[in-house]
Amino acid sequence: MAHKNKFSRAFLTGAEVIVKAAQDVGAEYFFGYPITPASEIAVDWSQATKKNKQLGFLQTEDEIAAGFAINGSVLAGRPAFSATAGPGTVLIQDGLSMAEAMRLPVVVVVAQRGGPSSGTVIYSQQEVNLAIYGGNTEGMRLVYSSSTLEELYQNTQKAFINAWKYRFPAIVLTDGYQSKTRGVLEVPSTSKKLKSQPLVVLGANQHLPNIFTFEEELFVKLQKDVKDFNKMAEAVIGYEEFNTRGAEILIIAHGTVGGVAKEAVQKLLKKKVGLFRPITLNPFPKTALNKLAKKVKKIIVIESSLGQLERLVRANLDENTKVDHYLRPGLGIEVDEIIKLITK
Amino acid sequence: MPKDFQPAKFCLGCGHPLVLITLHKVLQEMGLVGKAVLGLDIGCSLLAINYLPFNTFHTHHGRVTPTMVGFKRSNKESISIGYTGDGGAYAIGLQSLLHSALRDEPIMVIVINNAVYGMTGGQKAPTSFIAQKTDEGINEQPPMLGAEIVASVAQSGAYVARGTVTDMGVMKEMLKKAIETQQAGHFSLVEAMAFCPTAWKTVGTETVSYLKNNLLPVFKTGEIKS
Repeated sequence: MAHKNKFSRAFLTGAEVIVKAAQDVGAEYFFGYPITPASEIAVDWSQATKKNKQLGFLQTEDEIAAGFAINGSVLAGRPAFSATAGPGTVLIQDGLSMAEAMRLPVVVVVAQRGGPSSGTVIYSQQEVNLAIYGGNTEGMRLVYSSSTLEELYQNTQKAFINAWKYRFPAIVLTDGYQSKTRGVLEVPSTSKKLKSQPLVVLGANQHLPNIFTFEEELFVKLQKDVKDFNKMAEAVIGYEEFNTRGAEILIIAHGTVGGVAKEAVQKLLKKKVGLFRPITLNPFPKTALNKLAKKVKKIIVIESSLGQLERLVRANLDENTKVDHYLRPGLGIEVDEIIKLITK
Repeated sequence: MPKDFQPAKFCLGCGHPLVLITLHKVLQEMGLVGKAVLGLDIGCSLLAINYLPFNTFHTHHGRVTPTMVGFKRSNKESISIGYTGDGGAYAIGLQSLLHSALRDEPIMVIVINNAVYGMTGGQKAPTSFIAQKTDEGINEQPPMLGAEIVASVAQSGAYVARGTVTDMGVMKEMLKKAIETQQAGHFSLVEAMAFCPTAWKTVGTETVSYLKNNLLPVFKTGEIKS
């Protein structure tokens, strides 16, 4: 094998991939509360702490506590993360809001399950809004969505690296289909590493505010945050274009549906159908979207939600391209459905 | 005011500065100012930012305890102190406080108990006593004895005490023992019965009488777990 020395092969669940990626990149602490379909991430990490004494694990009393414990941990300089889903994603927003306001580099894995409320326990794409705009904030969070196990590994690592590099909270969106099923992962033998540092240094007499007396103080702070976030966007934006040359119809999908849509497009090569798959949902790959939108006759947004991706697409679309959709809230989407949708 | 202190943002006659200045004094005497990190809950506690010459940061209402749990677990060298009011400790933040005591997290929590919500304008607190006048009317609910509840789940080696700003000598000893408890690897909580003349609508010696006549008979001072 050509890359025998650079990669090793492993047969892993998505949860195991996330835990491996986090460990390889330099994450040290997990705080979280069990909820399907994210629980295996907590369990696998707790097992990992038994082999590596440098790693820490705490099952907190709820996801609110988990959100603040990861904040405390990164303030002390130790890279920390949590994993949650559905109602837990709602509870962890309290801590994520603080992280966004105070520019704390926490990472939260969100294994999307069906909603509203407790909904179903395995799959949906209904936590995009929560991932980006779930707090009393302006959505300055880095949000990744992956279509393959390999990408899940890469995105988990990027979430840690970029959270610490740019000091914004990062969210790794996944779902129960990804986290619970097993697949082959080619793992690089050497890993990238995050660069962390204590944000509160003992003896340094630092004072980090999260509440302000004057509107102007907060306004000035936010202006800087927005500038930093937009600057980060240029460096971190990720997307995949597939079969877009000469395409008349552009499918836009992300995550698990993005992978399914790619398979459908592979089977529709003669139909002038292309795929645009955002990998960072926030910041959104706006320039790439508009470049493609200018060339196609129609966009079809396909997702397992009632338009959470579609709203992002519409908000970022400057061209007058027609936007159609295929929305299946909380329901899995199959290759044949997409083929039928295109060929009908 | 010592020269390394910033001007206080607290109301005149407030109990907070008495506790904070004493905390600083204790840390100084123990040679621990350089290791102290004071996490602040929201409410009047937030006004303690950049007041004393050691690390401070804001959190959210009710969330200073889990934040300090995360901090301490990731920096064991630190003296991690959560600073909160009675609402943050015993209403919105009680779940985390109880579980931190149960797990014997080696953090120290200081609760300023004035039986009222000061920052938001005088609403009833979980600690308001029966017949207390609040902005929401006369309180009919019995007060929550938070320190006793925390002590009931705290582990061997933990320290839980209640002092009062009318006896700062005793309070100083309690703060010292709480810090020593953290150094020994255990959970500690010091509740301080404190003045809030603004929300109590008291002036001068009325404030001291209010605390002595209304609060101290309900909230017994002393070491609850040591």
